[in-house]
Amino acid sequence: MKENFLFHNYCYVSVCFFLSDRQVERDVTTSYKSSTPTIEKLRKKEMGEENKVTLYGMWASPFVRRVEIALKIKGIPYEYVEEDLRNKSQFLLQYNPVHKKVPVLVHNGNPIAESLIILEYINETWKNGPKILPEDPFERAKVRFWADFLQQQFLDSLRSATKSSGEAHEKAMKDVFEKLTVFEEGTEGFFPNGTPHFEGENLGFLDIVLCSLFGSHKVGEEALAMKIIDPERHPLIHSWVTAMNELPVVKETLPPHDKMVSFIQSLRGNSLD
Amino acid sequence: MAEEVKLFGGMWASLYSRRIEIALKMTGVQFEFIEEDLQNKSPLLLQYNSIHKKVPVLLHNGMPIAESLIILEYINETWPDNPILPRDPYDRAMARFWARFIDEKLIWVSWDAYRSKEEDQGKAIEEACKQLKALENELKEKEFFGGDTVGYLDIAAIMVASWFGVMQEVMKVELLTEENFPNLCQWVEKFVDCPIVKECLPHKEKMVEFIRVLLKDFLASR
Repeated sequence: MKENFLFHNYCYVSVCFFLSDRQVERDVTTSYKSSTPTIEKLRKKEMGEENKVTLYGMWASPFVRRVEIALKIKGIPYEYVEEDLRNKSQFLLQYNPVHKKVPVLVHNGNPIAESLIILEYINETWKNGPKILPEDPFERAKVRFWADFLQQQFLDSLRSATKSSGEAHEKAMKDVFEKLTVFEEGTEGFFPNGTPHFEGENLGFLDIVLCSLFGSHKVGEEALAMKIIDPERHPLIHSWVTAMNELPVVKETLPPHDKMVSFIQSLRGNSLD
Repeated sequence: MAEEVKLFGGMWASLYSRRIEIALKMTGVQFEFIEEDLQNKSPLLLQYNSIHKKVPVLLHNGMPIAESLIILEYINETWPDNPILPRDPYDRAMARFWARFIDEKLIWVSWDAYRSKEEDQGKAIEEACKQLKALENELKEKEFFGGDTVGYLDIAAIMVASWFGVMQEVMKVELLTEENFPNLCQWVEKFVDCPIVKECLPHKEKMVEFIRVLLKDFLASR
């Protein structure tokens, strides 16, 4: 069961790592010269349309999903552009030349990359609607700390586990579970009443990050015919994610169920070959 | 209640701690510096940063904040009279992006370049230079990343200002050269010359000696 939980997360979360890592070699040979006049034209057009928001994404990416949730919570109209990560568009490569990844948010012709940085930008730029980050600096520092923990330490452990085999893999998996327990225990204080509960669609920074990483556990359960999130082992994470999955904005942004199931199954099939 | 600000930091060579010292001094906040022996961490540090057990940790009126970039944001928000982050949300996003880039990519790729064996070095250096070029292009011809004055990204880039020069001398591998990165090199000179930075940053020669000793086994094995 442990392995399947890990594997589900490998499949779901590693979608973008896997595809974007493979893409790097091809990008080196991409010529940007011919695309420059087109990008300038596009930028001018976008800057002319005030408050035009475009999100470059990929349907299965949990990092893109974070941004979508935030945009919807804030009621920000946006255009979504689906990227084929095996054949990235010239727009994506020009808008995010450093990492060449999704998501990229383009606002008034200005691109912002890295999902957590985009969330902060959304919070600071659109003052109406629910606040994504707490007002109090210390509370902010806490949510940033735990979001970082998931984004860095947890995902690093997951990557190590997916790249290793045998004894090293066993050790890495143990580390992944320990990290989840650290997160579980460290975030208890956010819910003084015990159970996470959300008023309306008041999701915050850390909620959005957690939801994007673990919210799809039901898909994984179907794809792998196994229980994914163990309510006994990590009851807080389980109840937190379950509460969020009830919200319309989360349901709306969930990748299509059947499509995701076959995607995970094919990923598993490829890796078992 | 009188404000109580304490910074648990590493000894003089610990650059992440220097980030916070610089930021606090720029903001004009009075604070107490508590030096941690990183080989023998105090119970207080382990309590205040039980997750990572690292420095720096800022303690403000008894509340601990860990992780240097998060502490910088906290300082910016708590003492807003002398902000270190830009006011414009887009400029902020850029500053945050490049700070993360330095911490999560540039330093590691450069470390690979410095310590690689001769046969692998070419490729590692090429990769590190590509990343330095990206940072050079971000700086352009501005005096500082923050514009006319030192800001969040300059403080985050202390690694570039100090560590690169030291590693170059210790490992005898050239990465950050004036020929290839004139803007960055000029920035390094201006940054280390700022009065507050000068107060906090260790002298290069002292750092070189220290790193040489730290890496003596590694250097001997090469």
